[in-house]
Amino acid sequence: MNLLEVTNLSKQYGHDLLALQNISFSVQNGEFVAVIGPSGAGKSTLLRCINRMIDPTDGEVVFDGVQMSKLKKNELRMQRRKIGMIFQHYNLVSRLTVIENVLHGRLGYKSTFAGIVSHYGKDEKKQAFEIIEMLGLTEQVYKRCDQLSGGQKQRVGIARALIQNPRMMLCDEPIASLDPSASKVIMDYLRNISTKLGITCLVNLHQVDVALNYADRIIGVNKGKIVYDGPPNLTPEEVYMIYGSAAGDLIFDVGGQHAS
Amino acid sequence: MRVEALVKKRKYNVIFFAVLLILTLTSIVLTEFDAAKGITSIPRAIRWATSNFYPDIKSLEKIPRIWIKLRETIFLSIAATTMAAICAAFLALLGSKTTRVNRLLGAASRGISSIFRNIPLTAWALILLLSFGQSSLTGFFALFFFNFGFLARAFVDTIDEVSSDGVEALQAAGATYFQIIFQAVIPTCLPQMISWILFMIETNIRSATLIGILTGTGIGFIFELYYKSFQYHVASLVVIFIIISVLVIEFISNYVRRVIL
Repeated sequence: MNLLEVTNLSKQYGHDLLALQNISFSVQNGEFVAVIGPSGAGKSTLLRCINRMIDPTDGEVVFDGVQMSKLKKNELRMQRRKIGMIFQHYNLVSRLTVIENVLHGRLGYKSTFAGIVSHYGKDEKKQAFEIIEMLGLTEQVYKRCDQLSGGQKQRVGIARALIQNPRMMLCDEPIASLDPSASKVIMDYLRNISTKLGITCLVNLHQVDVALNYADRIIGVNKGKIVYDGPPNLTPEEVYMIYGSAAGDLIFDVGGQHAS
Repeated sequence: MRVEALVKKRKYNVIFFAVLLILTLTSIVLTEFDAAKGITSIPRAIRWATSNFYPDIKSLEKIPRIWIKLRETIFLSIAATTMAAICAAFLALLGSKTTRVNRLLGAASRGISSIFRNIPLTAWALILLLSFGQSSLTGFFALFFFNFGFLARAFVDTIDEVSSDGVEALQAAGATYFQIIFQAVIPTCLPQMISWILFMIETNIRSATLIGILTGTGIGFIFELYYKSFQYHVASLVVIFIIISVLVIEFISNYVRRVIL
């Protein structure tokens, strides 16, 4: 069965700005899917419509057999626990320590009061330390997040998502603010999460070469529509189609290299 | 195209300053303000101040009385600000885009804060004078209401500015509203909020002088008392005390800011 099923999803802002138009696709359990496309194509909106951080105007999202649009507030919270989210700007509470931020991923499983007073169980803390170790952050555990480098912050973000025990990870431009070496580390971790832990990954990416290198499947989005959905061996023409002819030779070269 | 834009920009600049000049001139004419006389009277004012408005030895005897009133004013300012801050924090949570419950309550809360903030402090004092009379309660409530409006606005901006990222992440993780407030909003906003509170305490001590004149309490009252009874030496001493206390509080709050931010 498909883990995620998106049918005819549309999102309209105001009167005439159509961010998404009739988007349909499905994702199987364990797949690593990269969503590529130019800035403003609707990639972020698409991702946020899946866990209803943005409410879609029309269409349906079925995740893990549950219709997302029908969920009430509390049911939506329960469902969101199964979906980890990674952000371009990490979205950590930067004045808190690494361990505090990682444990935030457990809030969805706790009573409001236990969450307010940061009362976490022994096994939750143990799991947090294990994940932190796995991501190579053991030395930073008690450091405040504003003292970390960009790559380290993103790893904290991944740890916070992982401790939710998610079925799927939504990654919104996870490496857009990182230098190349930190980007590689983050992408390797995400790939590992998908292969070893069997967690489905849906990753928005700016970098075509990275997408082609890491993903099992590429979804190309342009002007709110899916223009490509298939394996990661795009021809230069297909890259052109996704980015439009204005994109120029830069993408062409990159796309060409990996396609050959 | 670009040159045209530059010319256009310069044209707008010229128009702006021309309008400003016309406004200034009309205001001078309408208010019958004599600029020349205003400037020439400055030396006279300085001469008067240097010969009358300084503390002499005799005025130092009044220090204990001034100190008592000054203390009253400082504590009044602190109490009014902290109480207002607590109430403002709740209003700000409802008014901020990041944490509001719904649009309607958000707009209502911003409206309330705007009303309280836009009524000037002196107007608050005069309005409250009718119900509380000349007591420190009037001063307290005047400061409280004004601070409440001002701080609510400052807190809304703080929350929107600094905590929206963390809030988004916790929402995506399935945290409840109050968990998000305590785990993301408060940790990120608290230092800036404290900074605003300190700023307000400083401002209050300055304005409490004026409020004191109106309500007959605190340092403002004692200033008016000596000033109206022609005891200029003591009145000047009061002014010096006000300046010193504002400076001391500014120093303390700068220090606190450095530590927490």
